[in-house]
Amino acid sequence: MVNFLASVNYTGWILHVLLALPLVGSVAVFLSPAALAKRLALVLTIVEFLLSAPLWFMVNTASGTMELVATIPWIPQWGISYAVGIDGISLMMVLLTTMLMPLCVLGSFSYITHREPGYYALLLVLTTGMIGVFVAIDMFLFYVFWEVMLIPMYFLIGIWGGKNRLYAALKFFIYTMAGSLLMLVAIIVMVRVAAVMGGGKVSFSYFHLLSYAQTPIMGRLAPWLFLAFFLAFAIKVPIFPFHTWLPDAHVEAPTAGSVILASVLLKMGTYGFLRFAVPFFPNIAFSSGVTAVVTALAVIGIVYGALVAMVQPDIKKLVAYSSVSHLGFAMLGIWAASVQGVQGALMVMIGHGFSTGALFFLIGMIYERRHTREIDAYGGIARVVPIFSLILTVVALASIGLPGLNGFVGEFLVLIGSFKQFPIATGIATTGVIFAAAYLLWALQRMIFNKLDKPENEAIPDLTRRELIVLVPLLIGIVWMGLYPKPVLDRMEPAARRYILTAKGLPIPGEAITPTRGAAQ
Amino acid sequence: MNPSWIWLTIALPFAGFLVNGTLALVKPDAKRVVSLVGPGVLLAAFGVAAAIFAGLWSQPPEESIVVPLWAWIGAGALEINLALQVDQLSLVMLLVVTGVGSLIHIFSVGYMHADPGFARFFAYLNLFVVFMLVLVLGSSLPVLFVGWEGVGLCSYLLIGFWYQEKANADAGKKAFIVNRIGDVGVMIAMFLIFWSIGSLEFTDIAKRAPEALAVGGTLVTAITLFLFLGCAGKSAQIPLYVWLPDAMAGPTPVSALIHAATMVTAGVYLVARTSVLFAMAPVSSMVVAGVGALTALFAASIGLRQYDIKKVLAYSTVSQLGYMFLGVGSAAFTAGVFHLVTHAFFKALLFLGSGSVIHAMHHAYHATHSHDDPQDMRNMGGLRKDMPVTFWLMLLATFAIAGVPPFSGFFSKDEILASAFGRGAEHPIYYVFWAMGAVAALMTAFYMMRLIAMTFFGENRTGEKERAHLHEAPAVMTGPLLILGVLTVVGGALNFPTFWLTGPHHGLESWLEPVLAPAAKLMPVHLPHGATEYALIGAAVVIALLGLTAGYRATLSRKIPVAKDAPEEVGFAKVLFHKYYIDEIYQSLIVRPLVALSRLVLWKVVDQGVIDGLGVNGSGGLARGLGWLGGRLQSGQLGLYVLVFVVGAVWLLHAVVR
Repeated sequence: MVNFLASVNYTGWILHVLLALPLVGSVAVFLSPAALAKRLALVLTIVEFLLSAPLWFMVNTASGTMELVATIPWIPQWGISYAVGIDGISLMMVLLTTMLMPLCVLGSFSYITHREPGYYALLLVLTTGMIGVFVAIDMFLFYVFWEVMLIPMYFLIGIWGGKNRLYAALKFFIYTMAGSLLMLVAIIVMVRVAAVMGGGKVSFSYFHLLSYAQTPIMGRLAPWLFLAFFLAFAIKVPIFPFHTWLPDAHVEAPTAGSVILASVLLKMGTYGFLRFAVPFFPNIAFSSGVTAVVTALAVIGIVYGALVAMVQPDIKKLVAYSSVSHLGFAMLGIWAASVQGVQGALMVMIGHGFSTGALFFLIGMIYERRHTREIDAYGGIARVVPIFSLILTVVALASIGLPGLNGFVGEFLVLIGSFKQFPIATGIATTGVIFAAAYLLWALQRMIFNKLDKPENEAIPDLTRRELIVLVPLLIGIVWMGLYPKPVLDRMEPAARRYILTAKGLPIPGEAITPTRGAAQ
Repeated sequence: MNPSWIWLTIALPFAGFLVNGTLALVKPDAKRVVSLVGPGVLLAAFGVAAAIFAGLWSQPPEESIVVPLWAWIGAGALEINLALQVDQLSLVMLLVVTGVGSLIHIFSVGYMHADPGFARFFAYLNLFVVFMLVLVLGSSLPVLFVGWEGVGLCSYLLIGFWYQEKANADAGKKAFIVNRIGDVGVMIAMFLIFWSIGSLEFTDIAKRAPEALAVGGTLVTAITLFLFLGCAGKSAQIPLYVWLPDAMAGPTPVSALIHAATMVTAGVYLVARTSVLFAMAPVSSMVVAGVGALTALFAASIGLRQYDIKKVLAYSTVSQLGYMFLGVGSAAFTAGVFHLVTHAFFKALLFLGSGSVIHAMHHAYHATHSHDDPQDMRNMGGLRKDMPVTFWLMLLATFAIAGVPPFSGFFSKDEILASAFGRGAEHPIYYVFWAMGAVAALMTAFYMMRLIAMTFFGENRTGEKERAHLHEAPAVMTGPLLILGVLTVVGGALNFPTFWLTGPHHGLESWLEPVLAPAAKLMPVHLPHGATEYALIGAAVVIALLGLTAGYRATLSRKIPVAKDAPEEVGFAKVLFHKYYIDEIYQSLIVRPLVALSRLVLWKVVDQGVIDGLGVNGSGGLARGLGWLGGRLQSGQLGLYVLVFVVGAVWLLHAVVR
């Protein structure tokens, strides 16, 4: 297998193909009739996943740095290149994305009933955008992908969303756009400063900017630049108090939109911190003031998100607020900058992708049957839809962080990894596991347990085979990463260690002091 | 059998879970297969356990045998293997769990036979055993924690087994959430241990703790107190005991297996497993003993005034768990484990016996379509004639729990009280703990005999027509009862004290010695000897007999009204009947305020009002307002433009000239 892939130069073209295939495919899908469009989209996303799967073996994650780097000048006079690469962290994010997309397409088959070609085409454009964010190592390219993602999501919510879709779509768009524009300004300032320092060499290259990030001039601007990055990513995560776009967007988005939003889009915020905001400005990020603010916001997010989730009457909103809580753990781990903390943050990101993605699928499936998301409209349906209830219970337990399922691994690592540095904050964060049990088990009880007292619930059909095909891969992931997360952790550890060294301003073993390799080649 | 086969004891019930679980979804009426597979896998696991035990019996291992399965979590210095640990302590637990577990599985075949959820029940029960074995066999705290939370999950599922009743689903949820409060303690203890000792493996902790931590230091005290918070949750101690009485909503075999014999004793096991840490923290040990003694007394007093037969047993379990903690808190780790084992025998017997009674009562009421409560002892009476086997066995178990010699409970309880008394020489407060334990023993004998008297003696109050339908349980139910009866009677032989006829034998004590020796070295137990010893034993026997007699007399001295005609309780009896109103206090001090805070303040005011309303939509509104102002200026009226221009120009001029 490895030999074959090497013989076809897999590592040479794979990233470009992964970016190009969905984009090109989206045109074909858009032009197809409805019945064909969805099948074509399914085939394309499956092919995309199958193509991406060998990355698991083929990327040398042990190096901890960007592999498969390719740099093609794009707008040379402005120093902009099409530059991509992948390390252990990106690898997991890319695989998470490509694994989810076929499920999102398949999960939409009966949910989306009008303007299907456009819908599926947008999902494909979104795929390119998401993968692009995770592999771009040119700041301009990164920014383009970052914004490209917004547009399909805006339309997905605005056209195929619920009753209040226009408000939600606009809020999502303006809110996240405001953050990203600040980031764009910061990027341009960094490029200008780096050009002045570097004798006029204008470059948007990530590594180029990283090597000038510690210079004195940049140092003076750093607080403002960091603030700009921070806002862009904080809104995306979302960190309390920048989270209020999320419940609205989730509630109004169609199922696949919610899944992508929760499973991938939110992770771009935490990814942004890990890749850009912190490594660019470690002195600011880990200054005592910023550390205090971020850990406080993370812990507030964990507890506050859980408490507000507990009292939501709408199940989708409940899950949305639970995301605020979960991502708080990721932020805590990122700022702990210990191996366990960062690895835990990454596991929270992946684990949340699986369990919350599955939760949104399940909610969508029951919504298609009963057309309500009110928790109290259900009750006692475990007897009517046993398989649905079983899967919902397992996924909820994963989300609660039951050891043996995936949620626990990330949470545990984050907490144990943050405890030494932030004992009080971690102690408070740990109580989040109580509230998580409270909100999910209470919702579970009101939906599938208790008396079956509403006649309209008595004849709900159980999951179909197609729906099971959507859910089973996620369940496998949930159990596998709960019982044997080591292969995932091992692949991310070198990159996580590199992040920690950069974050602490320590030299990276075996490299020159300025980490300019990659882009310089 | 080679100990490396230990994984089989877990794999077998897991296979049973898969088979029964699949049947529950696909073919729920396949009761024959389920009733073979469910108990079958447990018996097989017990066989494996017994074979491993037999292999190690003649040559007990000096050090724990760790059987690694696979690498689980690895990040930096933290490396956690999924590994199982075979040593004297885990073998005792393994035998109890699979042995008593097998009996309860067999009993359940009869008890649950008419239930439509038969297959689902056995799937959950098998899964419970899987997690319980992970708990007792796990070689590190995180692996133990997998089992720890897993048994909590199964407890949740089985308490809410009849989930159509809101009360049952509520009880399951309450159990899980209250346990989670304790679990936070276990997690924080793990963090502290990892950063101070550098490993979460039990063998490493035992070896390295004496060097890494200072005896009596803040750190080891904090670690053990956090661990004990977890124990208080799982083993239902003050202040986290409130879930266990509600847990009786589950089917009675569940109460016997999970909420009496195995899961609830996990806290005691955890203290014994980390005995080195507790031995290094005298303050924590004192807290453990104190909470244990207080819980023993407090729960026993509630048990005096309950009428639901299972509720009496539930509070009795809380109380007996308190004794176990009094034991391990007095550094008598063997005594704690010993009482854990004997309690597993006699309390499982009592619960299954009560199940047999409820089964009969339920059938009687079912036959006549009555809606009376089949668990209320006021509706029973005189059942010894209808159910002689159940009666005699429950009576034996009552003698055991009351501490009548030579039944098993006498030996284990006596050892705990003697150890507490012995520790009083060092810390006089332990005399107080001992006295609390002695008073609780009096209450125990009283409420147990009250249970027996109300249920089996006096005249029958079930009802004219119903009486004809009362009958003894089938053999599949009485069989396991008989075996438990034998164990209840002779179980004390596991650890006879020195004065007993057999001479200095100390079975369990010397068996557990290799595991508990490091702790014993740090904090030795000084059992009283000679006259004091005999006086204590004499007092214990007198207390037991006094309690039994008083319980019998007090219960049968006046006529007992049936449940629906019973008058309201008055005075202190009412406080006891309402369990000191603790549930109501928690509800109004913690639960309701928290929900109200979340809904009214955090969600409505902070989230929707301030952040989203003022912050987000407010800034949107501000932008729109500014836009509107700007728009109004573009009115097309030349006069206005001129005016604005002139005002602006003058202002500018003014600024420049100045």
